[in-house]
Amino acid sequence: MTPENTKSEVRLMKGNEAIAEAAFRAEMKAYFGYPITPQSEVLEYLTAHINEHPGVVVLQAESELGAINMIYGASGAGARVMATSSGPGISLMQECFSYMASAQLPALIVNIQRGGPGLGTIQPSQGDYFQAVKGGGHGDYHLIVLAPASVQEMVDFVFEGFKLGEKYRNPVLMLADGALGQMMEKVTLPPKGSLPPNNAPWATTGKSKNRERNIITSLFIQPEEMEEINQKLQAKYREIQEKEVRWEELKTDDAEIVLVAFGLTSRICEKTMDLAREKGIKVGILRPITLFPFPSKPIAKLSEHVKAFFTVEMNAGQMVEDVRLSVNGKRPVHFYGRMGGMIPSPEEILQQVELISEKIQLAEK
Amino acid sequence: MKLEKTIDNMELVYKKPKTLTDTPMHYCPGCGHGVAHKILMEVVNELGIQEETIGVAPVGCSVFAYDYMNIDMQEAAHGRASAVATGIKRTLPNKYVFSYQGDGDLAAIGTGETVHTINRGENILMIFINNGIYGMTGGQMAPTSLIGMKTSTTPFGREASVMGNPLKITELIAQLPGAFYVTRQSVHTTAAIRKFKKAVEASFKYQKLNKGTCFIEVVSNCPSGWKMTPVEANQWLEKNMFPFYPIGDIKVPK
Repeated sequence: MTPENTKSEVRLMKGNEAIAEAAFRAEMKAYFGYPITPQSEVLEYLTAHINEHPGVVVLQAESELGAINMIYGASGAGARVMATSSGPGISLMQECFSYMASAQLPALIVNIQRGGPGLGTIQPSQGDYFQAVKGGGHGDYHLIVLAPASVQEMVDFVFEGFKLGEKYRNPVLMLADGALGQMMEKVTLPPKGSLPPNNAPWATTGKSKNRERNIITSLFIQPEEMEEINQKLQAKYREIQEKEVRWEELKTDDAEIVLVAFGLTSRICEKTMDLAREKGIKVGILRPITLFPFPSKPIAKLSEHVKAFFTVEMNAGQMVEDVRLSVNGKRPVHFYGRMGGMIPSPEEILQQVELISEKIQLAEK
Repeated sequence: MKLEKTIDNMELVYKKPKTLTDTPMHYCPGCGHGVAHKILMEVVNELGIQEETIGVAPVGCSVFAYDYMNIDMQEAAHGRASAVATGIKRTLPNKYVFSYQGDGDLAAIGTGETVHTINRGENILMIFINNGIYGMTGGQMAPTSLIGMKTSTTPFGREASVMGNPLKITELIAQLPGAFYVTRQSVHTTAAIRKFKKAVEASFKYQKLNKGTCFIEVVSNCPSGWKMTPVEANQWLEKNMFPFYPIGDIKVPK
């Protein structure tokens, strides 16, 4: 352990490097990854600093498929584990996410999203919302999905991600994007030792005499048994929905239009909100921080007094479906999105806000 | 009747090792898996490493290997057993780790993981059961099916020009510097079983040296998939499989 890890520290860091440093401080035991833009700095930072952290495993795998299955093995052996990638690599990992969710293996996986579909572009996007939140792999399962909006939150969510994953024995996905991964911001890094160790009595560490053997599997061939496993998983997801919803509201108290946006887009929307309020349009923001569980209840509550919702995303309209489900037809839900690696400007979002505001005024006449 | 009752008043000459569970195996009569499981677990028992051994089961007929082996085990996705074993061994370097995989798992869908695990010289034992067919899914062509071999997806026999050639993955991986010990054995006769057991013993001992991957291919049978009696299957094995997959050591530590 290097001396600087033992106390909290303020640094100017790139998002990807901040994730790597936070993982060391959160006492990650193993990382398996594969290079892909725009997240390769994570593996580069980890390999550059590995000698300062004896006992930590960092390995460049032959593919994302190899990496995530190493994560499965290491997590099953009781280690605190992390993998990072971007869209195309995350697609390859989906197979194992399903296995890990079923076998109830904790892990932190980070998706630094890039524009898709296909090989797409290396510019930021939020096009993997469906993949992250709705499954992606086969079968009925959910990942816990955290959406940071700053480099500081990328650090915080490394700790939070390990904690939630180990608490619920479920994989956690941090859904960020290429801009957050690449941009530099001031961060406060928590000291090493601030996260309790991973307690995994279920892990395959070698069958000691005083316990039954531990098995990590997702195979339950009798349909009655498989349904029971499914019911247990669903009960766990319901508990997560009850206890772990996180969101942030800005100026929603007097808002007529509430912008709903996550991650980087929510920060662009903050500027839009200020510009709109200067023009006398009462705009607020609801930022989902957990995408699963989704903050449906706070949105439903807002729908009692606001006049319209406006979802802004860097995709063709994915989270907006969950916003519409939450609003349940009570208020209009508008959408604006940019795709393929394009980032909307505060001004172009403002134009849309003005149009929505005009519609509200016309309807009230 | 309890097992102990049947040997009442008689001398106990053989006892199942404590590393095997009491679960009856689901394998077809004559199948090599049961013997391979038993020998593997006998060695773990005799070396006294039950508490230090972690196994990885594949997808294929031996998908339930963890039901029979009384040790900590993980069940991997199809083809990924050696990547899972890598994750275990890297985080628990003092434990003994093995993967147990069939031909489809190791030499078709998991070829990438197989080659790179061995190329990194992971200090694990990989056991590769090669019976030239997909048993679990109902007898389809495997990467190791012989030319002319009839399977449910090569009903007129495997043709090299269409389906490619049987893959000698064992010879292929033996070329890699990360492979420390590579051998091809079988479990169809008592003599063969003894040799297989020696190879397993050697592999577990080598694992402590941290010098690379140990790889044991078992050329085995599939009476159900081959549509033969167990005796016919073993005869067919010797006549057809052994000439293409010759038994013996391929790479031995110097």
